Amino acid sequence: MALDEIKIGGLGASRRRVEDNRFIRGKGNYIDDIVLPGMLHMEILRSPLAHARIRFIDVSAAWAIPGVRMVLTGDMLAARNLAWMPTLSYDTQAVLATDKVRFQGQEVACVVADDPYIAKDGCEAIVVDYEPLPPIVNPTQATAPDAPLIRDDKTGQDSNVVFDWEVGDREGTDRAFAQADVTSTIEMHYPRSHPSPIEACGSIADFNRATSKLTVYMTTQAPHIIRAAVALVAELPEHMIRIVSPDLGGGFGNKVPVYPGYVVSILASILLECPVKWIEDKSGNLISTGFGRDIYLKGEMALRNDGRILGVRMHTDSDHGAFFSDAQPSKFKIGLMHSAFSCYDIPAAHLTAQGVYTNKAPGGVAYRCSFRVTEAMYFQERMVQAAASDLGMDQAEFRRVNLVRDDDFPHRTPWGFLTDSGQYAKCLDLGLEAIGYEDFLRQKAQARQRGRLLGIGISTMTEPLGAGNSREYDILGIKMFDSAELKVHMTGKALLRTGAKTQGQGHETTWAQIVAHELGIPAEDVLVEEGDTDTAPFGMGTYASRSTPVAGAAVSMVSRKIRAKARKIAAHLLEVSEEDIDWELGRFSVRGAPDRGVTIQECAIAAYSNLPDGMEPGLENNAYYDPPNLTWPFACYIATVEVDPETGVWDVLRVVAVDDCGVRINPMIVEGQIMGGLTEAYAMANMQFITFDEDGNCIGSNYMDYLLPTAWETPGFELHEVVTPCPHHPIGAKGIGECATVGGPAAFVNAVIDAIGDTGVRNIDMPLLPDRVHEAITQGHDVSGAPPVKTE
Amino acid sequence: MSTLFEEVRPSVAADDAVPVRRVELTVNGERRAADVEPRLLLAHLLRNGFRLTGTHTGCDTTNCGACTVLYDGVPVKSCTMFAVQADGHEVLTVEGLATASELHPIQEGFKDEHGLQCGFCTPGMMLAAKALLEENPNPSEDEIRWELSGNLCRCTGYQNIVKAVMWAADKLGANAESDGAGDAGDDAGGEG
Repeated sequence: MALDEIKIGGLGASRRRVEDNRFIRGKGNYIDDIVLPGMLHMEILRSPLAHARIRFIDVSAAWAIPGVRMVLTGDMLAARNLAWMPTLSYDTQAVLATDKVRFQGQEVACVVADDPYIAKDGCEAIVVDYEPLPPIVNPTQATAPDAPLIRDDKTGQDSNVVFDWEVGDREGTDRAFAQADVTSTIEMHYPRSHPSPIEACGSIADFNRATSKLTVYMTTQAPHIIRAAVALVAELPEHMIRIVSPDLGGGFGNKVPVYPGYVVSILASILLECPVKWIEDKSGNLISTGFGRDIYLKGEMALRNDGRILGVRMHTDSDHGAFFSDAQPSKFKIGLMHSAFSCYDIPAAHLTAQGVYTNKAPGGVAYRCSFRVTEAMYFQERMVQAAASDLGMDQAEFRRVNLVRDDDFPHRTPWGFLTDSGQYAKCLDLGLEAIGYEDFLRQKAQARQRGRLLGIGISTMTEPLGAGNSREYDILGIKMFDSAELKVHMTGKALLRTGAKTQGQGHETTWAQIVAHELGIPAEDVLVEEGDTDTAPFGMGTYASRSTPVAGAAVSMVSRKIRAKARKIAAHLLEVSEEDIDWELGRFSVRGAPDRGVTIQECAIAAYSNLPDGMEPGLENNAYYDPPNLTWPFACYIATVEVDPETGVWDVLRVVAVDDCGVRINPMIVEGQIMGGLTEAYAMANMQFITFDEDGNCIGSNYMDYLLPTAWETPGFELHEVVTPCPHHPIGAKGIGECATVGGPAAFVNAVIDAIGDTGVRNIDMPLLPDRVHEAITQGHDVSGAPPVKTE
Repeated sequence: MSTLFEEVRPSVAADDAVPVRRVELTVNGERRAADVEPRLLLAHLLRNGFRLTGTHTGCDTTNCGACTVLYDGVPVKSCTMFAVQADGHEVLTVEGLATASELHPIQEGFKDEHGLQCGFCTPGMMLAAKALLEENPNPSEDEIRWELSGNLCRCTGYQNIVKAVMWAADKLGANAESDGAGDAGDDAGGEG
């Protein structure tokens, strides 16, 4: 009688994805697939120099090319007060450069033409005369006494420092260090990396003078934030702005910020009164858009001889590029760096953080985990390995001694977060068993006698996902809740819309599964739509692994509102009072007489045809969800490697992942997220980074320099799970999309350091390129990867 | 026909200075023709001229493989070929994989094994896989990983892509066997 939840595609079903039906046929609808009548094409001219004063710009030759319809420069924008735009972090960013260029690849001019080839011709015809200035490519240079001032446009800005921030208990931490048996210190750089979805950014702005409506198709992970930003920047009424985010060819944080290309395409459409399309090329994407990381750590740990951590000190110097334009909670200047060590029981901790401007691309700091959590967990797990090594203790045992225990929840973390659930030791033990820890240690010892270098790296962490509760989290003051709207049609089919925006995570499939779980309507009967601000309810978008924790919760809550109304309708149809109605999946019945019942579909038709007196018709509702806390998934990643001492090349032998993300809506999709994340973790540890030379040239501006792993290099992954339901999420789910990218890198790096352990080397900066590993082995010292690099 | 090429033809008063070449090619089994600038890339002719937008352009430097099509049966990166080079040749794009009624086993495999997430690399990945399976109907995991190493995916971590190709190999093998039982002369392609 009762419905089989798996059969209707409910919670726990590895339901095949509905969005795939169009993708496998080549019928996705990505930004560059959209063609509007009379559409023109825009290209951007970028600065070849990292830091230079603009003497003059001559655009006359561009105008002379047949088919060029408009050439825009910073001066033209300045005349309309649009040369600068506000950022999501209370700073300003140049739309098109006026006075100076401040990073290589900065937007200098735009050409609008009949086709993109002509627009590119137009860009090439523009002459810009630059007076070069000394470039700054790291925090040391930025804070040197004689450093040139990058942001001389800002009144009151007399240095290159963006912020100084501190959090934690300074005195308590000093006391902990005074009592320590051993103090462990380590320094490292987490290099700049780029999310680099295969699809770059783009927009099509379509301003209709007759209706005053502006429609912008745009590669954005957060369409409603963009609508608000456009309303503020362009001073257009918000209800006359429609942002449509079509299918996205990946996002990973790259498609959250507002980029100059979007803004200029909008301005061009308003001026030309026709649709203007801007499609970014790969170099433009890599050289100018939201990056991740680029941060330096000085870490210290106060340790007792028995292995207990007494206290932690961290100082970070972060490189934000020329404009402070990342999106992050306004309360926290260095994001959630202070979520480090949340899985460990540590009495005292203190964090200081400085951010600086440099002559590098701005924005982002998000790449498959925003708000600096990725760096926090990497630093944490590298510090943990160094500490275990300093104590001469087994790295697994050191973690076991310090991990928060199952009966210690809710747990206040060293910097004040509240974690609420987890089985950390169980995850660690499962991982160790899966990898065959003791066996591997024996193999490693035997191999060492034959001159072979084997190593094992562990990374355990809990991270704050799903920003977030409105007490703490906002962007520009807007609280980070999310929303869902559900319309059940009279035949029992349904339309669900949320304020999130899928980029490959499979929302069209999984949101329907939550509705199926809550209402018993088969998932295939629920159409999911996102991304159009004229139809979707307001939401903060998809990033920070927040969709399931926030929008997913809203889907549950709106389904429950629908169920509550359907229950009243059922009572009416069954002619009993509401209190005498029982619910089982998909069906209401009379308590004590289970044969007398009505299905949710029968309630749906009744909502349009046979209502109790006085009830409002229809079966529709919406829900805005403000989560009571972040969700705290836990992960244990273990990698084994072999390092070739002759070349410094290292191969991954095995990767074991144990993830506890609470209840899994669609296990197939969750595993897909984990494997994708592990691949990006491996990429950052092994090959993928963007660096700069002394002249500020970006090394990594195309896929020949910016190395991404192919199927050939990427290791295989062995996945395991533990399920500790989230106590405050309606279906017990936690975020998962970013866990492996966050926790994974340290497992690989710890494994390589473990393999070369008796050289005395404490750190090699990522990526662990063969020449760096070789230098560490042969020279016996730490190897820095900080820019500038020598390019000869 | 003229609107078909609106996107790719320089529309500036049919500027006499811009040379145009006639290309004739077979796309997904259909004869197509276009007047194009010699510098027009094949990917752009397919996407904008013929509106076959399943062929994606990712990197512009022949690295990512999102634009992979089969050119006389061989995978090529259509963002680094001129349209005029395809004159007289046969091109297969993702839109030519399925028949009206039936998906290609590679498409089924990608869906069933969750071999895609955002879907952007998928068309190129599937066409590279098709060429691989025609060459080697029973590839090992290593062979699949090597043969697909010209196509980048940022979402999946490749493990499920490998499974998808193996799924397709099994299905194509089973199809060939049943075809062989029924009609010994039939092609094992299953593409129709």
